[in-house]
Amino acid sequence: MSSATIDVSRIGFSAEVFEQFLATRNEPEWITAGRRAAFEQYQSLLQSELDPEEFKRVDLRVFNAGKFRPASAKADSTAIETLLSDKTEFGGSIAHVNGQLTHHQLSDEIKAQGVLFGELQSLLTSHRDLLEPHFMKQAVKPDADRFAAWHAAFWTGGTVLYVPRNVEVALPLHSLIAHSRDGVAEFSHTLIILEDGARATLLEETSSATADLAGLHVGCVELIVGKDANLRYVQLQNWNQKSWHFAHQAGCVASNASLQWTVVGLGSKLSHIHQDINLNGRAATAEVNGVTFASDRQKISYYTQQHHRAQGTHSDLLYKEVLRDESRVIWRGMIKVDPAAQQTDGYQRSDALMLSDDARCDSIPGLEIEADDVKCTHGATTGRVDREQIFYCMSRGISRKEAMHMIVEGFFQRVYDRIPVEVVRETLSRTVQGKLGIETVAV
Amino acid sequence: MSSVLKISNLHVSVGETPILRGVNMEIRQGEIHALMGPNGSGKSTLAYALAGHPNYTVTEGSIEIDGVNITEMEADARARLGMFLAFQYPVVIPGVKVADFLRHAVTNVRNPDRKEGEGLIGMREFRKEIRERMTELGMDQEFARRYLNDGFSGGEKKRMEILQLAMLQPKFAILDETDSGLDSDAVRVVSEGIAKLSGPQMGVLIITHHERLLEANPPQYTHVMLGGRIVETGDASLAHDLHANGYAEIRARHPDASADNAKAEAAAV
Repeated sequence: MSSATIDVSRIGFSAEVFEQFLATRNEPEWITAGRRAAFEQYQSLLQSELDPEEFKRVDLRVFNAGKFRPASAKADSTAIETLLSDKTEFGGSIAHVNGQLTHHQLSDEIKAQGVLFGELQSLLTSHRDLLEPHFMKQAVKPDADRFAAWHAAFWTGGTVLYVPRNVEVALPLHSLIAHSRDGVAEFSHTLIILEDGARATLLEETSSATADLAGLHVGCVELIVGKDANLRYVQLQNWNQKSWHFAHQAGCVASNASLQWTVVGLGSKLSHIHQDINLNGRAATAEVNGVTFASDRQKISYYTQQHHRAQGTHSDLLYKEVLRDESRVIWRGMIKVDPAAQQTDGYQRSDALMLSDDARCDSIPGLEIEADDVKCTHGATTGRVDREQIFYCMSRGISRKEAMHMIVEGFFQRVYDRIPVEVVRETLSRTVQGKLGIETVAV
Repeated sequence: MSSVLKISNLHVSVGETPILRGVNMEIRQGEIHALMGPNGSGKSTLAYALAGHPNYTVTEGSIEIDGVNITEMEADARARLGMFLAFQYPVVIPGVKVADFLRHAVTNVRNPDRKEGEGLIGMREFRKEIRERMTELGMDQEFARRYLNDGFSGGEKKRMEILQLAMLQPKFAILDETDSGLDSDAVRVVSEGIAKLSGPQMGVLIITHHERLLEANPPQYTHVMLGGRIVETGDASLAHDLHANGYAEIRARHPDASADNAKAEAAAV
């Protein structure tokens, strides 16, 4: 493989960086072999264009991979501010800073249930038989695209949650992914496996130690939901505005199982999330919620795919985006229905609220239906804050600023109503209000 | 000591188009005034201009409450001084619950000096109060939990306006065709609601085409608007007469105003 055709130093990591990285790892041979295979795919993928369907609106021209390097193996004990960790009772928590495990705790009750909750590399080593069949094998495969392969070669740290058959984890679990040093590239992985009939909730958030460090996250989320199981997963992306966030995220839902998945985008300079929802078993259901608030010159992009692969499956996606300043949001959504997936019900909708004339939103829903007995609905709206709404509020004594807060809060309310975890609803409401800073908003 | 809303020589334009051409009116707390007039005469423009809608520009004249000139004030400041407009077409605010909206509104109107972000009135007392008002107006308690005007029927929206009137207890209430588009049961509910709420502490300006609202709330004064002016003022019998006989005689008595009105009507088409 030659790098003569494309200079990869701006878009990715070279073989030299990879070898340096491998030298810092102390892991079983089979893991290293997996990395090498992934790196080969990565080098090959770097030579080809990204899928224009997914990436043509995502402007990566100013991205310079050369500014970032994998973090050293040294753990960093910098205190990181989190939005969720102290807001409710958690059954366990885990934190990674710069790709290194810095904190890990699980209640004795949950341990006694046979639940595994911990750091990826150590659990892959100690429970290879259990985890290897799932790790980057079905939900996200290394050859999915350049970013998936990059992650598969360089993954460092990550959160594993494994819940045995018919076990219900009553309390939510918390996971923090953080950056604390400038120029750090971090490749945290999230792997959740619910065996048949299991139930669990994981709340995950990302955070930067300071506002001015530049970070790169190339992440991967794999959610494996067994038959009759129920998973509630929230990822709250709250990097500083100097950080890049690329993530391949996929859920696989078996028959009669349900996945409630909430994606929140508040931070980052640019983020692109590829989100796949695979409804693999009969009557599998997924509810997907998106809350995005972009400001300044942030660019936040989503490519979502609800893939109905079996009969009687149900998916319901609702994304809500608020944009101010010169921010940009892209949502490209697709519902795919396989020929076998009769009697499926697919729904997708994205609503954007523009608070400024200089913001831009592209919402592009799509359908690909190969079965003939299905119900699929999609839609996208983009609107401004209505002057008449502001006037109506003001005519009742409510100030312009309070009126704007109310209208934005109200705009998100329908998606908040669907988020099953109260602490997440409250945190989002508070964080959105904090980000509003209404004074400069023209209406 | 009753408050006075004084409108002096009020000229209002929308964009470049003059609509009001010198309106004079004085409303005291405790009085009921009816404002009538054909389409295009400027009734709703007066209502919006009084409430402070940014699209309605006052080009001449003034609006005062107890000698305080409010002509340049924003709508929220006017509301805090006791002005209230019941909208002809209430606005939908998705995702904002009636109770939350009203709690903010009531807090601001009762504490006019409140700074942004300062606490709201106590949840318990507020809840008790809104429940009582809803019961008095024959409204289902479920209303408070619904999103403001979202999916409301015409009658529900108007009742919502009356609930807001009841909670905010303004000094001056302008009711812009609060009876329009309602069936006769709904008109009765609204009429009775207003009759219950108006009293010595409230001056009311009722803009209407119907007689029902005025039967339950007999006006001391009836003003007739034509071509952006008040061309005649009388008592309740004038309202009755206009209902019975229409505006032909008024138009004939005021040919200049009538010509301006005809222009406005033509422009509206």
